[in-house]
Amino acid sequence: MSTTLLLIQVLNGLQLGILLFLIAAGLTLVFGVMGFINLAHGVQYMVGAYLTVAFYGLTGHFGAALLLALIAALAIGLALEFAIFRRLYDRDHLDQVLATFGVILFLNEAAKVLFGPTPLSLPTPEFLSGSFQLVAGLLYPWYRIAVIAAGLAVAALLYVLVRHTRVGMLVRAGATTPQMVSALGVDVERLFMTVFGFGAMLAGFAGALAAPIFSVEPGMGDDLLIVAFVVIIIGGIGSIKGAFIAALLVGLADTLGRTLATDAMKLVFDSSTANQVGPALASMLIYVLMAAVLFFRPTGLFPAKGAS
Amino acid sequence: MREAGETLTPVAETRSAILRAALPALVVFALLALGPAMAEAYGGGYLTSLLMRMMILAVAAISLDLLIGQGGMISFGHAAFVGLGAYVAGIMVTEGAGDLTLILPAAILASALFALLTGAVSLRTSGVYFIMITLAFGQMLFFTASSLSAYGGDDGMTLWDRVTLFGFDVFKSDLALYYVILGVLIGAYALSRSLAESRFGRVLRAAKENPTRVEAVGFGVFQYRLTAYVIAGVMAGIAGVLLASQAEFVSPSTLAWQRSGELIIMVVLGGMGLRNGALLGAVAFVALEETLSSLTHDWKLIFGPLLVLVVLYARTGLAGVVDRWIAQAGRGARDG
Repeated sequence: MSTTLLLIQVLNGLQLGILLFLIAAGLTLVFGVMGFINLAHGVQYMVGAYLTVAFYGLTGHFGAALLLALIAALAIGLALEFAIFRRLYDRDHLDQVLATFGVILFLNEAAKVLFGPTPLSLPTPEFLSGSFQLVAGLLYPWYRIAVIAAGLAVAALLYVLVRHTRVGMLVRAGATTPQMVSALGVDVERLFMTVFGFGAMLAGFAGALAAPIFSVEPGMGDDLLIVAFVVIIIGGIGSIKGAFIAALLVGLADTLGRTLATDAMKLVFDSSTANQVGPALASMLIYVLMAAVLFFRPTGLFPAKGAS
Repeated sequence: MREAGETLTPVAETRSAILRAALPALVVFALLALGPAMAEAYGGGYLTSLLMRMMILAVAAISLDLLIGQGGMISFGHAAFVGLGAYVAGIMVTEGAGDLTLILPAAILASALFALLTGAVSLRTSGVYFIMITLAFGQMLFFTASSLSAYGGDDGMTLWDRVTLFGFDVFKSDLALYYVILGVLIGAYALSRSLAESRFGRVLRAAKENPTRVEAVGFGVFQYRLTAYVIAGVMAGIAGVLLASQAEFVSPSTLAWQRSGELIIMVVLGGMGLRNGALLGAVAFVALEETLSSLTHDWKLIFGPLLVLVVLYARTGLAGVVDRWIAQAGRGARDG
């Protein structure tokens, strides 16, 4: 394996990690603050992607489409919270899983009805359409660099919000001891709604960023949702820092695993066996990682609950 | 949340009370026994295969209810066991070892082993972590299945031969397979009931309410739960063998996480931990899916919101409703 190829894979891994972080951030906050398992979070990623495609069709401008999609994603998230989810906060996990599963079924099918079952694609925005030379003889598209940069910017913004603002303080307090926060007279309902809407918007943002890279199709969020859950479990539920580190870890492990596993297996097995075992092992890698983390630290790497 | 209405079963139940409580199940079994005759008259082969699928899913749902309803263990990876059994059957048929006397022991062994290993790790965690780790193990098996390029990979594989029994082609006709499946369903129901009413079941339910106390009384909660996990896994594995034999096709989608979600829906729709809950839930789920999808191609547009409404407003499950009817009818008969 050449170093340049490895470098590309590391960048791709970072980019996947960043997208995962954008999804996992909302998921972990909603889970940490409200104790709410939202399976429909992955669908909000899909909604973001579809909205961007739709608004791009209307406006013909990526920036405008992105902005409109973010606003619409926020509105849809708040509407879902108001109509359904707020009734589920004090239910047990099983009810939450089922009801949000129902929302997944509905929105996936709605996307199929509205936009058709065939995958759509979004052109890369023009000002980011080129590639640049990373090292000699190696081109890397600007857009993917922009995705990484945008994700890092959001991570920094989140850090400031959570660490240095009043809302952030309430969120942290809520993730640790929610009863105490409401006992102190904080309007928990509004806090929940804010957190939920913000999380939905972040997932929508991830979808919008992913739209020019991956194909936009019904159910596109389903598998990513499971991976995002892996991320927040590894990182420790409720912890933004944990989600960030775990997202990069999972993104890198998954991408590098897919490239390296077959080669690594060739050291042990003959090449036809390696070609069989390698890919299987690569796609299992992140789940093995999660099982291993849970085995040694049953509440994840950076547990928020009960932490000082 | 939902109170399992019968968590404390009186030790000595009168025979008529037992019969009355099992009545809904008996009615379902009787109707299913008439299924092929009805199919002859109306729906043809399609109805038969639909009913077979219904019964197989009921076996899987009954096994899942042993975990969720009795043990409070919300497994989100139960379809993995169904898929495991199905793949064992598929691979053995493809390799020319397609006799049920070989397939069943192999599938039982495989699912028991998988349940033992994953259960031992998963049961160290609880709550949402348990949900997620069972999901993760399910996904591992899903990706393993997709990577079996010798057996169809992502596309799955067709079973070119029907399974045999002692070398005889008894399953050439759907009828024989139908009644074998019905027999397995009745067996699974009987097993789950006798487990629930045994000391084993009472310990499981008690541990669901308060594991610390059960531990203090001197029961090893972990061992009880792990045993339940293995039993449920094996039952689901057998359901998988039947599913592959019936559909003559196996693919990774058999063990996708959405399938696990659907099994949970069946259990909750029917009423968790209730005597006839999982059975009625599976029957209702398949019937509903069939009815809605015959109305419109986009049936999930209706089913999704319906599911949300059921979770928000219908808290006892189908079996709870049916039990109340029977109780009322019983009172009415006595009074008047």
